[in-house]
Amino acid sequence: MKILVPVKRVVDYNVKIRVKADQTGVDLNNVKMSMNPFDEIAVEEALRMKEAGSADEVVAVSIGVQQCQETIRTALAMGADRGILVKTDAELEPLHVAKILKAVIDEENPELVILGKQAIDDDCNQTGQMLAALLGRPQGTFASKLELVDGKLNVTREVDAGLQTITIDMPAIVTTDLRLNEPRYASLPNIMKAKKKPIIENTPEDMGIDIAPRLSVLKVEEPPKREAGIKVETVGDLVDKLRNEAGVI
Amino acid sequence: MSVLVIADYENGELKPGAAAVVTAAAAIDADVHVLVAGQDVGAVAGQAAEIQGVAKVRVADAAHYKAMLAEPMAELLRALSGDYAAILAVANTDGKNFMPRLAALLDVSQISDITEVVSADTFVRPIYAGNAMATVQSGDAIKIITVRTTTFAKAELTGGSAPVEDVSAADDPGISSFVKNELSESERPELTSARIVVSGGRGMQSGDNFPMLFEVADQLGAAVGASRAAVDAGYVPNEFQVGQTGKVVAPELYIAVGISGAIQHLAGMKDSKVIVAINKDEEAPIFQIADFGLVADLFKAVPELKEELEKLPPA
Ligand SMILES: Cc1cc2nc3c(=O)[nH]c(=O)nc-3n(C[C@H](O)[C@H](O)[C@H](O)COP(=O)(O)OP(=O)(O)OC[C@H]3O[C@@H](n4cnc5c(N)ncnc54)[C@H](O)[C@@H]3O)c2cc1C
Ligand SMILES: Nc1ncnc2c1ncn2[C@@H]1O[C@H](COP(=O)(O)O)[C@@H](O)[C@H]1O
Repeated sequence: MKILVPVKRVVDYNVKIRVKADQTGVDLNNVKMSMNPFDEIAVEEALRMKEAGSADEVVAVSIGVQQCQETIRTALAMGADRGILVKTDAELEPLHVAKILKAVIDEENPELVILGKQAIDDDCNQTGQMLAALLGRPQGTFASKLELVDGKLNVTREVDAGLQTITIDMPAIVTTDLRLNEPRYASLPNIMKAKKKPIIENTPEDMGIDIAPRLSVLKVEEPPKREAGIKVETVGDLVDKLRNEAGVI
Repeated sequence: MSVLVIADYENGELKPGAAAVVTAAAAIDADVHVLVAGQDVGAVAGQAAEIQGVAKVRVADAAHYKAMLAEPMAELLRALSGDYAAILAVANTDGKNFMPRLAALLDVSQISDITEVVSADTFVRPIYAGNAMATVQSGDAIKIITVRTTTFAKAELTGGSAPVEDVSAADDPGISSFVKNELSESERPELTSARIVVSGGRGMQSGDNFPMLFEVADQLGAAVGASRAAVDAGYVPNEFQVGQTGKVVAPELYIAVGISGAIQHLAGMKDSKVIVAINKDEEAPIFQIADFGLVADLFKAVPELKEELEKLPPA
């Protein structure tokens, strides 16, 4: 079985971003970039399936600027076998990413695609579901456990009321939630080895995918700031303030 | 042109989030319809019909809508979509699951998690864990939208009397099936609609210490939440997680106990009306957004809080 893992290059989760003064977007100059954390979980899951003998190849795909190659290298250093970079400087929406991934999948025919549930920059939580729709395949979103049983996939999902288990046909699309696994760190020898693993490059134009925007961002603003409040000395003070000042208890 | 709201319900009860989505929908067009999809959902349809501002309730009754699986839901919505300028659902784990699938079937870009309707085609939504707010305009013929219910006032739940009609079910693609739910039973209010939320973090040290918070929560009639760290460590189940990638809450009172205040956590609670932080580290970032901060050891402060609340005369 071949597993495809789309990995997105995003602002590192530790960075506190700044909105540009002209309200055109977020300032990405000299900001640390990393693999989207949910995609690290996706790579880890694919590698574990390979190590367990249920998969034989793990392919990492990233779509975006040339530097997305670094994100692919990170996946290769974790243990993925090869990479595909679809290069574009355009701002993409999840629908475009899903269309590009569909084209990659039509070529590669993986039996399983594991994506992150959400990119921590756009916070869209759409791409996996859209890809599944375009392929006419089932989706197992927000997965906290995967089990291959008799050619089908049991997916335990983190839902608002607890956990839900569904069974989906293969080939399937899965998106990861936080509790699926704890991703490994790449070891130094593996980082060295990853430099020799192949990455092929392509462009949306060459693939014939229309990436004209559907949404236009009119402005990006800072959210209203919350003023820091006061410190109280005792629990008694706290309860008094909540009752008599804030009136919330 | 009409707009369609997907009803969100549980155990035969409409959830209050649906009424917030009705408010968002009405800002796009006054002809608001509500779709109730499921099995034996007559009672839910009845409740939806009473929401003020709802012009029509449509019911799709079939076994394959019972678990709200994305594949059949998206097919149903695709079949109905021709009648609508916009389709809106709560940005919960159901809406997040089937709405993007629908959007792709319709070749449309979804607008996730909106916090404001600026006009029929322009919406505000948070990005980067709510550290920026983007105003986006959609050029698509139909808008597929999920709604952050905490930022919209709820339409009145009674007083309306919309007609209820049946719609035919679409075929089940038959590629997915429901196996089971493992849902925790709790008498406490639901996290996303509770008036008060008490949350615990890694500072709680163990699941065995959470009953201390449950007691305080029960005194206050509050729901209980948690940070990712507390969930990852197994202190409490996943559905407790508040934050960028968990639930978003905006209660009148949020009490954060042993939570440092990482941006991913703040993303899920910073719109609460009053925030209380109890943390032994006076440098903890949570204090920067707390209205009332108490620098203290939670293992002393929480039992004291319980005592003080017991002493408090009824409001
Ligand atoms: C992709 C991604 C998604 C994420 N999504 C979320 C999310 O949705 N929600 C979320 O919460 N986090 C999320 N996080 C995690 C987030 O970055 C933080 O790691 C997490 O919120 C920290 O939890 P915490 O505050 O409980 O733990 P810590 O940061 O370890 O803080 C514990 C606090 O407890 C205090 N404390 C310890 N002992 C005591 C005591 N005895 N008395 C009083 N105070 C005490 C300490 O001073 C400290 O401030 C996400 C991270 C990533 C990478
Ligand atoms: N540009 C991209 N390149 C590769 N994968 C992506 C890209 N954008 C989104 N994805 C995948 O889709 C998931 C969800 O992204 P989103 O729908 O934007 O929240 C991510 O976790 C990735 O797995």
